[in-house]
Amino acid sequence: MKKKIVSTMLCAAMITTMLAGCGGSDNGGTADAPAADDSATEAPAADDSATEAPAADDSAAAPAAGGGSVYWLNFKPESDEVLQEVAADYTAKTGVEVKVVTAASGTYSTTLLSEMDKSAPPTLFVIGNQAGVKDWKDYALDLNGTAIANELNTDAYNLYDETGKLVSIGYCYECYGIIVNPDLIEQAGHTMDEIKNFDGLKAVAEDIHARADELGFDAFSSSDMDDSSSWRFTGHMANLEYYYEQEGTAWTECPPTITGKYLDNFKNLYDLCINNSLTDPKELATGGHDAENEFKTGQAAFFVNGSWEYEAVKADVPNATMIPYYCGVAGEEKAGLNCGTENCWAINSKASAEDQQATMDFMVWCVTDPDASRKLVDTFGVMPYKSAAESTNGFLAAADKYTSDGCYVMNWATNFQPNVDSYRATLVSALNQYNADQSDANWETVRMAFVDGWAAEYNAVNN
Amino acid sequence: MKSKKITATNSLQKATKRWGFLFMGPVLIAFIIGFIWPFIQGIWLSMCQFRLISDAKFIGFGNYVKTFQDASFRHAFWYTAMFAVVSLVFINVLAFIVAYILTLEIKGSNLFRTVFFMPNLIGGIVLGYIWSMIFDGILGRYQTSILLESKYGFWGLIILMCWQQIGYMMIIYVAGLQNVPGDILEAARIDGATSMQTLFKVTIPNVMSSFTICIFLSLTNGFKLFDQNLALTGGQPFIIQPGGTTIKTTEMLALNIYNTFYSSNTTSQGVAQAKAVVFFILVAGLGLLQLSYTRKREVQQ
Repeated sequence: MKKKIVSTMLCAAMITTMLAGCGGSDNGGTADAPAADDSATEAPAADDSATEAPAADDSAAAPAAGGGSVYWLNFKPESDEVLQEVAADYTAKTGVEVKVVTAASGTYSTTLLSEMDKSAPPTLFVIGNQAGVKDWKDYALDLNGTAIANELNTDAYNLYDETGKLVSIGYCYECYGIIVNPDLIEQAGHTMDEIKNFDGLKAVAEDIHARADELGFDAFSSSDMDDSSSWRFTGHMANLEYYYEQEGTAWTECPPTITGKYLDNFKNLYDLCINNSLTDPKELATGGHDAENEFKTGQAAFFVNGSWEYEAVKADVPNATMIPYYCGVAGEEKAGLNCGTENCWAINSKASAEDQQATMDFMVWCVTDPDASRKLVDTFGVMPYKSAAESTNGFLAAADKYTSDGCYVMNWATNFQPNVDSYRATLVSALNQYNADQSDANWETVRMAFVDGWAAEYNAVNN
Repeated sequence: MKSKKITATNSLQKATKRWGFLFMGPVLIAFIIGFIWPFIQGIWLSMCQFRLISDAKFIGFGNYVKTFQDASFRHAFWYTAMFAVVSLVFINVLAFIVAYILTLEIKGSNLFRTVFFMPNLIGGIVLGYIWSMIFDGILGRYQTSILLESKYGFWGLIILMCWQQIGYMMIIYVAGLQNVPGDILEAARIDGATSMQTLFKVTIPNVMSSFTICIFLSLTNGFKLFDQNLALTGGQPFIIQPGGTTIKTTEMLALNIYNTFYSSNTTSQGVAQAKAVVFFILVAGLGLLQLSYTRKREVQQ
């Protein structure tokens, strides 16, 4: 009988070891302490290499570097390849080691949290909004009057804390709105001039959708609600409500409550999007549609997204342009695109002086060196620095055009969303219900998530 | 001759006693670094307010108070408990049936065992996404989605876990069943027991030790479930209450802790840590209780 127990135990043990080997990720998520300890145990290892480097092998690079090195925790996965290239160029030129690590999409804040705790934390990281300023201002060097600040051509994208410390500094800005394929609009017998407000947009979109079979394309590309796509609506399109609710005085900090006064305008545009699209709104919850591809292959004329998409679509849709979120607000003929940024560099104030200096030198090089800034501008769209390369992004050019035509720029009030991941997840849940059944009761749930959810998340964060 | 042999053994024993720690050492160190130390640190952090664990500030038991006041944590607890019990029953009943069938010496049972075991080799996140596509492929025909109804989320997760775990438990049961002594079964047959009687009166009492292990594993697995929960529903759908607070209807304990930890409240990391400690006590306590209960039912020959 003993034998039986032993063999059973052995069998279980064997399988458990196998599972432990295969399922490393199983444990990482549940237990925070071991995960945190990982970084602690890694730390000595990283330390070793750092202390060894100047002493032993790196004699060639070390003098040129002045001892400092750069570790950039990047926030934009789509730019990773270019950044690695630029970093390698810089190392080749100066011998200063530049490490670029990119956080996976949507995990920047968790990555930052764990990276900052290591003994070799990022020297250059991103503080993208006022919430980030609140969380990380103690870890950011004051950039007022520094070499990089003197290179800027505008102050519009910088973030300050309440004491006036320049916490982070914009390195690019973006705009979002509705991307349009003008060729398809004309093919459907309309012109871009018809779309100057919500009524115009609605007429064109509904007409295209009604004749989709005959035309061979539809009005809007799919508006999936999975994590890879829902932010286009819960983050970006929601901005129109926040923007108009500011009534001309831009928020400087997160308001504890919002009224949802312009939520009906959000509903106008959102309804238009989901009901005049390639995809049945009931199928949006789990996603699986590729909106970008739908737009690129000419299956849809409208695509809700931002300026970073220009690189992806310009080859297939060379005439692609971007129009504002027309939503039925009075005077919206004068609306421009939503311009702003969450891309602001901060230098780690807890890094060594040599590393800070190396980082500063690297940043200045990035925005002044013609080759480097050319590459960076091509991936970022535009960099607001005096000596940086010219932008070639058609959507940012459209944003400029609206501004020079005297239209108002819609600022990114959406950056103030409190406890942003949770707030948006709630909104997604409510929109899922609404997409499946567009009843007033379900819209009321969306309203609660949008308006009451704001107050609830604000309280959760600030109590 | 004899005395010499004894001294040899004695000196061997002495050497073992003296130098044994050297051989224990690596494992002991790994265990301390990987388990004991993080565990102690975790308990300490649960009484701190911190953003980075390197500068934590002691605040006493406030995190625990917040933990028990948190409605989402209580909801997650009951949801998890229900899930653990239901999945425990389904997994073990089905795994035992499969194991029983596969020990009846049918052709190709080795192949079946391998195939049934395979789902275990796939990681939880991947499984979650694959199954969410399968479920939505089906539910999509009825104009709904796994993200729209909490009951779909619950049963979806049960199906997923059964699919993943049955093969694993089956292996343990197969090992147990193969060890039921042939002479007892033969005696039962000679005494005229029906096959049902043989199963319930002879076989099952003899594989009770396998039940102990399997029930323990499926109970703790059910409680600790994280990846599959995150990937399949991520807590959706939410109930949005007046006032804007939400209840994530399919959020289990581990996911609740994770979500708490990564929310942007400056105090939430400590609360999440406290929740994790409560969670540990709960899982360990339940596991031990269940172990001592089923142990009593094992028979010794």
